[in-house]
Amino acid sequence: MEQRELVIIGGGPAGLAAAVEAYDQGIRDILIIERDSELGGILQQCIHNGFGLHIFGEELTGPEYAWRFIEEVKERGIDYKLNTMVLDISEKREVLAVNEEDGLLEIEAKALVLAMGCRERTRGALNIPGMRPAGIYTAGAAQRFVNMEGYLPGKKVVILGSGDIGLIMARRMTLEGAKVEMVCELLPYSGGLTRNIVQCLEDFDIPLKLEHTVTQIHGKDRLEGITIAQVDAHRKPIKSTECFVECDTLLLSVGLIPENELSREAGINMDHITSGPVVNESMETSIEGVFACGNVVHVHDLVDFVTDESRVAGRCAASYLRGKHSSEQEDPIVTKAGEGIRYVIPHHIRHQLLQKENKLFFRVLDIYSDVKLVVRCDDQILYSKKKRKLAPGEMESIPITDQMIVNMEGYSEVTVEIQQSGLGVRECKK
Amino acid sequence: MQEVREMVCIVCPVGCHMKVTSNEGQVTKVEGNSCKRGIGYAEAECTHPTRTLTTTMRIKNGEVPMISVKTDEPVPKSLLMACMEAINKAKIQAPIHVGDKIIENILDTGSNIVATRNCERKA
Repeated sequence: MEQRELVIIGGGPAGLAAAVEAYDQGIRDILIIERDSELGGILQQCIHNGFGLHIFGEELTGPEYAWRFIEEVKERGIDYKLNTMVLDISEKREVLAVNEEDGLLEIEAKALVLAMGCRERTRGALNIPGMRPAGIYTAGAAQRFVNMEGYLPGKKVVILGSGDIGLIMARRMTLEGAKVEMVCELLPYSGGLTRNIVQCLEDFDIPLKLEHTVTQIHGKDRLEGITIAQVDAHRKPIKSTECFVECDTLLLSVGLIPENELSREAGINMDHITSGPVVNESMETSIEGVFACGNVVHVHDLVDFVTDESRVAGRCAASYLRGKHSSEQEDPIVTKAGEGIRYVIPHHIRHQLLQKENKLFFRVLDIYSDVKLVVRCDDQILYSKKKRKLAPGEMESIPITDQMIVNMEGYSEVTVEIQQSGLGVRECKK
Repeated sequence: MQEVREMVCIVCPVGCHMKVTSNEGQVTKVEGNSCKRGIGYAEAECTHPTRTLTTTMRIKNGEVPMISVKTDEPVPKSLLMACMEAINKAKIQAPIHVGDKIIENILDTGSNIVATRNCERKA
């Protein structure tokens, strides 16, 4: 069996940043395994700009952001294998992979970084009744067709789901000559960034139908149209509002799921809210020496945060390999999602292993305005900040400062929560 | 002529809903903004809205069929579709590298179309 110090599964932004960081911390024997035919992951098809504002201080397109990290990997001579699919990982960090050239590969790694990213929810996850004609794609699949392969999937399009990928594809399909009839969103608000609603929909007069969903698919061989309906407060379609919309293409932008088949098979502890592994401050999973970062842990909206998180994973994998990182430490501090918070990453913190770059990442449950964001240990407030606006679509982060680290000592739990300040109004569903 | 437009400010994540009054193309009143930056955004949007255009081009003899490109400076919003047409007409050949100028000064906007990915010649 081939031996490697560090194997990184996935050559997208998470895997690339982890590899570069581990190399810079002195690890030389690194292998990145990527299933696609090039490095860069999903960034290669995200040709729009807006990436890199935090990391590079400038607005880059997805391929440019990927290219900067690919260059760093190549300059360092870090090994990578393309067109290679990992089939299995064991709790002993044995990796089973396959490609056309080598056949079956068995690699024993001293440390592993899981950076497999996420995938899209499909029609099957929504249970939309009706026929199974051609013309129904996930937004990301359509994005690949248009931007990488050069095919336009259709001419008359409806998009279900107003997350960023759906909005971006509404503009992209329009620019390429398709007519986007509308974007339907089940919730009373869009999950996408405001600037995408303005620049992708309003710029092109594409209607955003909030509290609307698709209730029927029509057409036998090719999609001929859909039935849409308004939904009530319980998100159930209101029969009397049903109407037919003619279209040949339906794009689904209805959520992303961390891709964790390998993690589950290996027996890694999972968080059912994020659908990703449970991780500590070092981005280490429940299996010693197995780290995870990026969208495989929780779905991010900015790649810059993926890079930050992956650098922590890469650096901690390196210190683990150098033996500086022992798992036998005092009991960790558990992070808790308090009032108004959906989840907090990392799940637990070993106080003495916290580093400067460590952050608490989390998402809120609803749209809030004029509230206070609080981090506390019992009654001791570690952090408090007024927030004009918080939305589930925008991941929040709080840097863990030296002072917070000092103040956390001796506690077993740290809670992130939203507190209503005096005038705070919770903008709940209408 | 006085004109009133509703717009959402996109300078920061707060996303203020603004009511912008303008006269003969000059912004005279901005309401609903919670900071100065909203006024600047409203003025730019009313007088000369610009956007960065990103799209793809088919490439000959490349290891991949398409490459991604962008305008290196924002172009007037009203010219987005015309820029698309000009880009789609242009023919390019591998190799192409990040930052290569593919179309100079597109439609006299002062902006160039530049490559945002590498594409080597097909082996």
